[in-house]
Amino acid sequence: MSLLVTKNLVKYFGDTHAVDHVDFTVKEREVLALIGSNGAGKTTLVNLISGLFPPDSGQILFRGQDVTHESVHGRISAGIARSFQLVNLFDQLSALDNVALTIFSREGKTRKLASLASADHAVWDEALEILRLFGLEGKAQMLAGGVSQGERKLLDVAIAYALRPKLLFLDEPTSGVSTREKTPIMDTVTSVVRSRGISAAIIEHDMDVVFNYSDRIVAMHQGAILADGTPDEIRRNEAVTTTLIGTTGPR
Amino acid sequence: MDVLVIHLVNALLYASVLFLIAGGLSLIYGVMRIVNMAHGNLYAFGAYVTAWAIGSVAGGAPTVLLLVLLPVGALAAAVLGAVLEPTLLRPFYRRAEEYQLLVTFGLLMILEDLLRFIWGPYPLSASEVFENFGSLTIGDSLYPTYNFLVIGVGIVAAIFLWGVIYKTRFGVVLRATSQNMRMASALGVNVNRVYIQAFTLGCFMAGLGGAIIVPGQSAVLGMGIDAVVLAFIVVVVGGLGSLEGALVGALIVGVVREAGITWFPEIELAVLYLIAAIVLLVRPAGLFGRP
Amino acid sequence: MSTPAVTASANAREAGSVRTVLRWAVPVAVLLLVVPWIVPPYTAILLTYGLVMAIGALGFNLLLGYTGLLSFGHSAYFGVGAYVVALMVKYLGVGSMELFLFGAIIGSVIVTAVFGWVCVRYTRIFFSILTLALSQVLWSLAFKFFWVTGGTDGLRVPTPSLLVGLVTGQGDKTDFMSHAYYHYVLVVFFAAVALMWVIVNSPFGKALQAIRDNETRAEFVGVQIWRYRFVAFLVSGVFTGLAGALWVPLNGLTTPDIIHWSFSGEIVFMTVLGGFRSFAGPIVGAVVFNYLKTYAVGYTVYWQLLLGAVLVALVLSLPTGIVGTAGRLAARWKKVS
Ligand SMILES: Nc1ncnc2c1ncn2[C@@H]1O[C@H](COP(=O)(O)OP(=O)(O)OP(=O)(O)O)[C@@H](O)[C@H]1O
Ligand SMILES: [Mg+2]
Repeated sequence: MSLLVTKNLVKYFGDTHAVDHVDFTVKEREVLALIGSNGAGKTTLVNLISGLFPPDSGQILFRGQDVTHESVHGRISAGIARSFQLVNLFDQLSALDNVALTIFSREGKTRKLASLASADHAVWDEALEILRLFGLEGKAQMLAGGVSQGERKLLDVAIAYALRPKLLFLDEPTSGVSTREKTPIMDTVTSVVRSRGISAAIIEHDMDVVFNYSDRIVAMHQGAILADGTPDEIRRNEAVTTTLIGTTGPR
Repeated sequence: MDVLVIHLVNALLYASVLFLIAGGLSLIYGVMRIVNMAHGNLYAFGAYVTAWAIGSVAGGAPTVLLLVLLPVGALAAAVLGAVLEPTLLRPFYRRAEEYQLLVTFGLLMILEDLLRFIWGPYPLSASEVFENFGSLTIGDSLYPTYNFLVIGVGIVAAIFLWGVIYKTRFGVVLRATSQNMRMASALGVNVNRVYIQAFTLGCFMAGLGGAIIVPGQSAVLGMGIDAVVLAFIVVVVGGLGSLEGALVGALIVGVVREAGITWFPEIELAVLYLIAAIVLLVRPAGLFGRP
Repeated sequence: MSTPAVTASANAREAGSVRTVLRWAVPVAVLLLVVPWIVPPYTAILLTYGLVMAIGALGFNLLLGYTGLLSFGHSAYFGVGAYVVALMVKYLGVGSMELFLFGAIIGSVIVTAVFGWVCVRYTRIFFSILTLALSQVLWSLAFKFFWVTGGTDGLRVPTPSLLVGLVTGQGDKTDFMSHAYYHYVLVVFFAAVALMWVIVNSPFGKALQAIRDNETRAEFVGVQIWRYRFVAFLVSGVFTGLAGALWVPLNGLTTPDIIHWSFSGEIVFMTVLGGFRSFAGPIVGAVVFNYLKTYAVGYTVYWQLLLGAVLVALVLSLPTGIVGTAGRLAARWKKVS
């Protein structure tokens, strides 16, 4: 069954056809890789689905519900969460606070003015648990602005994960990270995603990572979907090999 | 009918001075992304210097001489700007916007008292020029001729600026820097120099506003603080960083002010601020601003 | 690693746990309570002014320090508090301080709700200019509608009665202000500080800090930014309005000057002086600023120049203010010893 379906999704920036009539689906419990050269429109597609800006036309269905005009808040409640290509954290809060705030928000507790945040042990326990899941418990007290790039990437994912989504978009979780760090990050992320039975759509440039970790691959080119299939099918797909593989790599 | 003409001329008079002040403010913001809270004090400084220069030549001097002295205030404001930018503002470009506002607010306090220190607490006037120009008749009423000079200066300044910005090499550099400072810098533009030039030009405009208004109304303490708020309204309405916006904003504010003084004096200022608020609600970046 | 310990230290950097805060707050509170008996009345009255402004600055800093919005229009809410009291005296003949505070809260809720509704759509310089412009609307009204507001002459406010009439200011005014009224203000001040401390350390306060740090991400963890900003604006304005109401009996007179945007500048000044990144910053800043200004005004007619130079020097060299700098020095000293 499809968790997410987009129908004829369109977003132009002036003459740039960033997303051009895209029909994109994510199934339940799958790890999907979204690939494509720089400027292919991957991030824009995620921006549309997560509600950063509205599409020019087209439709977004999530679990059968039309969420095309839903607010960001509404989409998060429905179960769509995302991380960001350029890390987006609360730099002056500790790593633990970053996650705890997310949980407070998810639980609707940020409406409380008259109670101390530190008194809500359930939230802090869960926040610490999530940091542990991503191997970040040692950095819990450090300011998010002060940890390494790889850890920032993971924390960005941890925050999105803390929203308990049904569908998690990860925009290049390993970009700007040393090759040595990539494997542990992807191991962590995919094992968490699979063990919780949620779906993930991961944008990734490193083809080794893509082939190793995904169930299905969607390739984009100039705003349109070029190919869609299993890793094996994509490996054999000539259109993909000529336009993408070999011509792109991690920036 | 004649009354309407007089109101219209009055509105243009306000608009000319406001355009000079707000245009300078907007130019500086457009290029440097800094809002100078002390901008009104440069306007006041221009007014004081001109009033002092004209007052210091003996009475009965020929009008031509007085007219030559008129722009002295503008030049003085420009010099002050050229000194302030590298010393006081430059350390703040890399810091958060709040700090820029705060430091220019401190500057406002300092300049306000410097005016008092130099020229004392009493108003300074240069009405000799104003009187020498006499008046002309519009319908049955007399109207001061000097006001037309102010309007003329406003128009010339607008055309001059348009020329500088769209027709000169300096203008190209200015626009490039305002659009993307890093890119301009990478292309070999000396950003520091552009900044000091833009700031000086902006201050010159404010000073010119003060210089041409002072024959008509005296220079008083606090005039800068009042003016800068009006200038804020103009740039908010027109769009921060846009000169066309400053022009249109100044015209709107000029007309509303004149109408307000005539027909609804109690709420004249309130109406102006409300217009600014409404424009922002409808068009957040102002009429001509880039969102 | 046991969780309560983690949470305590997690918040220690921000504001300190309840216990560490109390270790500071209790001695300070005791000292403040006995001040009228150990200093001359004039000094006590000056401190009363300082405490009143501290409440206002505390409210202001909920926006600047915790939400990342620099308001240049808080004079408006201070003015609303003060003028509501003055108008209650003039038109309703009210003389009870409790009714004054109640009226001021109602008045500032209404005005901040309207202004906030407009302003929270903007951030950065646009927010600053818009708050400034809106405050000037009120200033011009107070200035122009002299038959209601007294124009530049302002409105007089007599000594109020405290605690529903239990304490009246019949005798010597200086004595009343430096003792009964001082303690009254002090109690309101304690309540305001405690309330604000809870607010900034509540889940709501965390959401505000998240918005300050990263608006986009805050939205993408489900925080509805405008709403939170609006509530912060409301709380902030009401604190400042309360300060205005407490200020006006002390001063005995309210004029449009306190609505003018240069007074907003003073509120900004004191907050930055104390340090807007720390909870205690605005409190320390307001008290110190009050002495600084009184001293500067008595010392020279060019007090603005003096204060302006202080502000520039402060922003240039001590951007974390008195509290931030003191904290840094203390940390260094601890490391050395
Ligand atoms: N906010 C925007 N305004 C204007 N153009 C945009 C905007 N966002 C993206 N674009 C353009 O849309 C196209 C698609 O960009 P997008 O960021 O979606 O690509 P991408 O596939 O994520 O690339 P990358 O691998 O580099 O992240 C690009 O040409 C980009 O310049
Ligand atoms: Mg991208």
